[in-house]
Amino acid sequence: MYRYDEFDRDFVNQRVTQFEDQVRRRMSGELTEDEFKPLRLMNGLYLQLHAYMLRVAIPYGTLNSTQMRKLAHIARTYDRGYGHFTTRQNIQFNWPKLSDTPKVLHELADVEMHAIQTSGNCIRNVTSDQFAGAAADEFADPRVYAEILRQWSSLHPEFLFLPRKFKIAITGADEDRAAVQVHDIGLQLTRNENGEVGFVVYVGGGLGRTPMVGRKVRDFLPENDLLAYSEAILRVYNRYGRRDNKYKARIKILVHETGLEELKQDIEKEFEATKDGILNLPHEEVVRINEYFAPPIFETLPKISTELEAAKREDRDLALFASRNLNAHKAEGYTSVTISLKPIGGAPGDATADQMDVIADLAERFGYDELRVTHEQNLVLPHVKLKDLPTIFKVLKANDLAESNAGLITDMIACPGLDYCALANARSIPIAQEISRRFEEVKRQNEIGNLKLKISGCINACGHHHVGHIGILGVDRKGEELYQITLGGSADQNTSIGKIIGRGFPEAEITDAVETVVDTYLANRLDEDESFIDAYRRLGDQPFKDALYGA
Amino acid sequence: MKTITANRLVDGDVVWLGHNGDWVEFVEAAWILNSDEDMTKALEFAKAGEDKQYVLGTYAIDLELKDGHLQPKSLKERIRAQGPTTRLDLGKQAEQHLRSA
Repeated sequence: MYRYDEFDRDFVNQRVTQFEDQVRRRMSGELTEDEFKPLRLMNGLYLQLHAYMLRVAIPYGTLNSTQMRKLAHIARTYDRGYGHFTTRQNIQFNWPKLSDTPKVLHELADVEMHAIQTSGNCIRNVTSDQFAGAAADEFADPRVYAEILRQWSSLHPEFLFLPRKFKIAITGADEDRAAVQVHDIGLQLTRNENGEVGFVVYVGGGLGRTPMVGRKVRDFLPENDLLAYSEAILRVYNRYGRRDNKYKARIKILVHETGLEELKQDIEKEFEATKDGILNLPHEEVVRINEYFAPPIFETLPKISTELEAAKREDRDLALFASRNLNAHKAEGYTSVTISLKPIGGAPGDATADQMDVIADLAERFGYDELRVTHEQNLVLPHVKLKDLPTIFKVLKANDLAESNAGLITDMIACPGLDYCALANARSIPIAQEISRRFEEVKRQNEIGNLKLKISGCINACGHHHVGHIGILGVDRKGEELYQITLGGSADQNTSIGKIIGRGFPEAEITDAVETVVDTYLANRLDEDESFIDAYRRLGDQPFKDALYGA
Repeated sequence: MKTITANRLVDGDVVWLGHNGDWVEFVEAAWILNSDEDMTKALEFAKAGEDKQYVLGTYAIDLELKDGHLQPKSLKERIRAQGPTTRLDLGKQAEQHLRSA
């Protein structure tokens, strides 16, 4: 994985020292809160309901065991023994003291981590496929380009005060596991007819109060133009994006209000002035960065592990785990393991410090020291030998990390909601927990099959409810929490925004309503191979509306 | 009935305005404001608390009596006063023993 060079190290250390001084001046009263707030936000420090919250960047969701152990140490030493993995593949600590944050940032810098640009109106952590560099269906490792974009966007002087935040995602496989079409810029690696590497470019996707699917602006952007073209998009956005209304400030609104063709022309015009200049990306540089992401040297192993197959016959739980939580690996005899952070009745995305240590140990012992955070709030061991899976599973099971639910209804995204978040209008976690318990039964979950359920506690949509096959949005109605259901959303290569199905449900009724939706699907699907989203797309709203509200 | 709440600068902890301009860690100990004069005086204390860099983001909240207990009226403020509803081991609710101390 990428290692800091001298430049990276100096810049992160300088930034920590600078923030240390800013905290000191805030505590002494030299800085008012109004002066300090933008400074702390630039370093990922929010003030939430109960305490400060520190969001730490995990670039494109990739980290090693040393870094994971450091996160565990921070959770234990400066927080309350746990952390929350987020939909931007980052981690949040919910209880740090302001006075401790410089120490925390120093500790992070020791392991090449920081919290820069995890907040504020700048280019945020670039996200990617959690199986990058490992997936059998991958065409090229997207992290190479994510890292190049990270270097370009970190402290980019022109783009630190954008009209609003800016999110980029990139995927290198046909199956989009990075939700690229709901990002400000979405990149899909591809090859042209001459076999050259490039990108399909989408602009103006996003969730929040005005959800939009990204619009394609390029079918093929050559590799060497990646930075110049990104710069052109950002320049056009920085110049024309609205600054008068924060709810209309994202690039998706600019795309919508300007019109795609005009905006494309603006971008191309800017690009013409930028291309073949300093931002030209030489292939040698791609090759150099690529070396950081060189896959481990895989052993030659049989495609099927007799050890694993024998263990599966002995242990039904292991067999179940292997049927749900593995992703096909490019090297024979290997797999990528999803470690679900969605135990039945748990808070989605939370992991204790002890669990983080256990996972770090597993990565070190069995996973070439690599870990990933998924945007669906799980963790991944990307490179694992199939024959090691029985041992790994035993360790996971002993540490409440062996939930065999990847991609099932209980593997849901949920934002922190009103239990923690100062912006939320309703709670998300207790709803997630109750739905999780309702669908606990293994047989039933598997009978339902692939189903993405996503919950947000306010219209900002951190829980991605718009792109849930079933989405739940918590709102406040006259002081009571009310939950609206959307159906038909999806964040894969066939991205769609879910439709609100009807009036909302109070807390006490929302789980029943979800169950009604699921039962309606089961009763109407063609066969068990027709997934929820396919059935919904075939059937439309009506059967679900009828079931929920009466014919 | 109203009171004033804020977060403490040094650690972000939730606090409420007590009598005489001090800041208390449990809502039960907050100064209950029943008149405009109380509110005027409380807002002066609140501003002083911000000026002294002890607290930030002061604002008034509504209180109500429920089952004989005084509590914030809105769910958000009740969660601030108690802690996450899903983690009873965290937040003020986990520090009950300190209230009687």
